[in-house]
Amino acid sequence: MAEKNHIPEHKEVFLKGIMKWFDLWALVLFLLFSWFFLYAFNFLPKSEVETPEKTAETESTDADLIEKGIHVNSGLIVDDGYELVLQHCGGCHSHKLVTQNRADADGWTETIHWMQETQKLWDLGPNEAPIVAYLAKNYGVKKKSRRAALKDIEWYEL
Amino acid sequence: MKKDRNKSKKLSRRKFISNTSMTTLGGLLGLNIVFANKLPEGVLPIGLREGTDTVPGKSDKLTILNDKPWNAETPPHLLDPEVTPADVFFVRNNGIAPRDVDINSWTLTIEGESAKSKKVYSLSDLKSKFNTYSYNLVLECGGNGRSEFTPGAKGNQWSLGAVGCCKWTGVRLRDVLEDAGIKSDAVYIGYYGADTHLSGDSKKVVISRGVPIEKALEDEALIAWKMNDEDIPAMNGYPLRLVFGGWPASTSGKWLNRIVIRNKVHDGPKMKGYSYRVPKNPVAPGTKVAEEDMKIIESMPVKSLITYPRTGAMVKGKKEFEVRGHAWAGDLEVSEVHISIDFGASWQKCVLSQPVNRLAWQQFSIQITLPQDGYYEIWSKATDSKGISQPMVVPNWNPKGYLNNACHRIAVKRI
Repeated sequence: MAEKNHIPEHKEVFLKGIMKWFDLWALVLFLLFSWFFLYAFNFLPKSEVETPEKTAETESTDADLIEKGIHVNSGLIVDDGYELVLQHCGGCHSHKLVTQNRADADGWTETIHWMQETQKLWDLGPNEAPIVAYLAKNYGVKKKSRRAALKDIEWYEL
Repeated sequence: MKKDRNKSKKLSRRKFISNTSMTTLGGLLGLNIVFANKLPEGVLPIGLREGTDTVPGKSDKLTILNDKPWNAETPPHLLDPEVTPADVFFVRNNGIAPRDVDINSWTLTIEGESAKSKKVYSLSDLKSKFNTYSYNLVLECGGNGRSEFTPGAKGNQWSLGAVGCCKWTGVRLRDVLEDAGIKSDAVYIGYYGADTHLSGDSKKVVISRGVPIEKALEDEALIAWKMNDEDIPAMNGYPLRLVFGGWPASTSGKWLNRIVIRNKVHDGPKMKGYSYRVPKNPVAPGTKVAEEDMKIIESMPVKSLITYPRTGAMVKGKKEFEVRGHAWAGDLEVSEVHISIDFGASWQKCVLSQPVNRLAWQQFSIQITLPQDGYYEIWSKATDSKGISQPMVVPNWNPKGYLNNACHRIAVKRI
């Protein structure tokens, strides 16, 4: 009968407590083990000697690093044409000025022409079309309301 | 320790770059630099530039919008003190700030077609020849709040914190202009500064704006060398700048070395076209407006900011807590501030202080409780001395996204 299988309430609380502690201990052990493993690994003899050339390569890897579809150094979305934006749109200003703005193809074209007329941006030649296409696709117009919901709130106790 | 490591990395990279040709740089980025020959001298592709998370000389708590040129805003809760601390005061640069400033050789020239004579002052001339005054003055970027406009306007996407009220010390612009002599046909002044253009062209003026002569002759219009009794931070104009409280901060020229007295509206870079201008007549969102239908922004509109509590506060039960902040109104004074906890359905009047001087912001505060558990927004709404209040929605759209003075909103919960 159901009553036979029923665990008295105080025992249930006790068991839940044990389970909770067990989970915690498992986590602690796991962390200790991982730490030890990584620590030991660090002390293994290195197979290669660092050369100046090697340093240079490391630097370049830094600049090329891509994480979750984002070119880390610039913050640009990795998509067709982003290399062109890297080359042409970061000479004078930060790419942050690109990534925080939104416009359609006409708007981006207008911005590029404005920079050429007043800010000494060079002729983009055949690269203008793919640059505009990339920008309009990845940094296109966002629909917003007259007042959007408040977001990114970090709740804390007052 | 961390700092040292960054330094050595920076040095090695710089040395490394100096030993490398542009073609190799392209190789490092994993791509060819098309039109590399058109890259101005001294300009490196951004992938090879040093990144840093802090504006030089500023708090790391600022929100960085742009690192070339530096643009960073202050999270509202850091604006809580009556006088904005120098390290959190916002940065809005159009070009590259001058480096290696020599205060002994720094000069300020007054000239222009409506100046009776050309005068050149050293910093010590300014300090010894004229009386010194201090005022707390609100400086707010004309584009503060731009991020809320739809359709979006291009430029730095400021949210709330491109504003601050510091104590500024210097000489009255009027005293200096009158020393050089102002002709009767003078209508405007324009400034020039020592910052350099992003393109690397040393002859290109970054920004040269100004104000009508009436604004320039106000008591509170200063040529300042101190901010909060210390040297002005490098990114805010060291060693000398203009300060015009209540007008778009772009009128308050930084790294100031020349002022021109004009017999017409000043026509330097960022005075014309769409810069710091709004349509003469209100337009529907997204409208293309002809240049001749735009007008220069003068006094900034009435506005307020809740600086305590920080957004995200969770309040226990019926606990009473204070809501406070600042309010300002361009050339005018603030007459009232109200807050709402019910999305503008009802308003509660706050206690409001008098400004310490004209063009300083005023402090409001109120004790409130929340009626039941749940999510609330606290909105603040200031009203100026002419009875004009902040709108609850984003105000009328304009092509460059200026003058958003919609009510400030913070999120709170009762738990």
